[in-house]
Amino acid sequence: MPTVEDYVARIEETCGEEKGVIVTFKYDKKDEAITKIRNKAQLKSSLSGIIFEFAFQATSFRVFSSGKAIFKGINKEALHDILAALLL
Amino acid sequence: MEHHSNIVPWELISKINGFTIKYAKVNDDGTLDYEDFESKFSSKTKLASLSHVSNVSGVINNVKRIAKIAHENGALMLVDGAQSVPHMPVDVRDLDVDFLAFSGHKMLGPTGIGALYGKKALLEKMEPFQGGGEMIKEVSYNQKTGRCGIDWNDPPWKFEAGTPNICGSVALMEAIKYLENIGMPEVLKHEKMLTEYAVKTMQSCCTKLVLYGTSASFLKCGIMPFGIIGLSPHDVALFLDNYGIMIRSGFHCAQPLHQVFKLQSSARASFYIYNTREEIDRFIEVLKEIEQL
Repeated sequence: MPTVEDYVARIEETCGEEKGVIVTFKYDKKDEAITKIRNKAQLKSSLSGIIFEFAFQATSFRVFSSGKAIFKGINKEALHDILAALLL
Repeated sequence: MEHHSNIVPWELISKINGFTIKYAKVNDDGTLDYEDFESKFSSKTKLASLSHVSNVSGVINNVKRIAKIAHENGALMLVDGAQSVPHMPVDVRDLDVDFLAFSGHKMLGPTGIGALYGKKALLEKMEPFQGGGEMIKEVSYNQKTGRCGIDWNDPPWKFEAGTPNICGSVALMEAIKYLENIGMPEVLKHEKMLTEYAVKTMQSCCTKLVLYGTSASFLKCGIMPFGIIGLSPHDVALFLDNYGIMIRSGFHCAQPLHQVFKLQSSARASFYIYNTREEIDRFIEVLKEIEQL
């Protein structure tokens, strides 16, 4: 049974008062994770094939082709639920 | 304008020793308000502590001026040289500072090692802050008192208890030799050239870019805090990362200075001896691309 941890290498809060969370996907799973996200979330915009801005369950977030994603204004528990819905 | 490393330790030990800390103001452009700094001195002042160069704005402080005022008021002067020693010639005798600290990892050396310069007369008067091997001349047991008498070693060994970070020391020495071989005036000259070029090009080519702090090159070395209107610094950093361009995003361990700039966080580009004008061109090309987002 796959888990969020199978895809995610690290989750860290950004510094600054406007809290965000950076998700780093595992290198060998990043392409699969991005494909799953593209299939489930609504693509709002993209730039140069590098940044993809998505909307999912009233949450906007940006995914980078390097295998990182930034979620803003969200706590880690809610983030885990969203990642589970997107990746599993 | 201080890095947290020149704020947090003082706050910690003030809770133990009960001394008062006064913070000097910073102008809107990130330069030090010298008049305000000078106004903080009194006959009770024991120590003034100041970064030589801001790790956020790159502003170079006139520590010689502050050291002179500190000494006139009977206070000692400590300088955080972590951002200056790797980037410019620093002469502690000319600056007439009492203490100056710097880090290995900012100057091509390893992490976890740094150095504290102190005037010999002061170091001789100071008590050790750590105990252990190597920092004593003699430890002798007195049968009458049932205690050990200790004779401290001479500085610097008095402050170097236990087995030191030998690998780190050797590596830091090699980094210092490498930089000295290039010549610190040359290091500064190269950084100034890159900074001036970057400021000029960014201001002329980028439309949504905001440079924070002073852009007067004679006041700063190769550090450029900036933002792209409408984007968080983390978005900018991750975008640049895709092109192999590394910058820092966040508050760079200097949150109070971001309060001065009225920012949540910033992006920070920095240059060193290995960077080139061509890399700055590439950096700006990518910034122009991200401005389209």
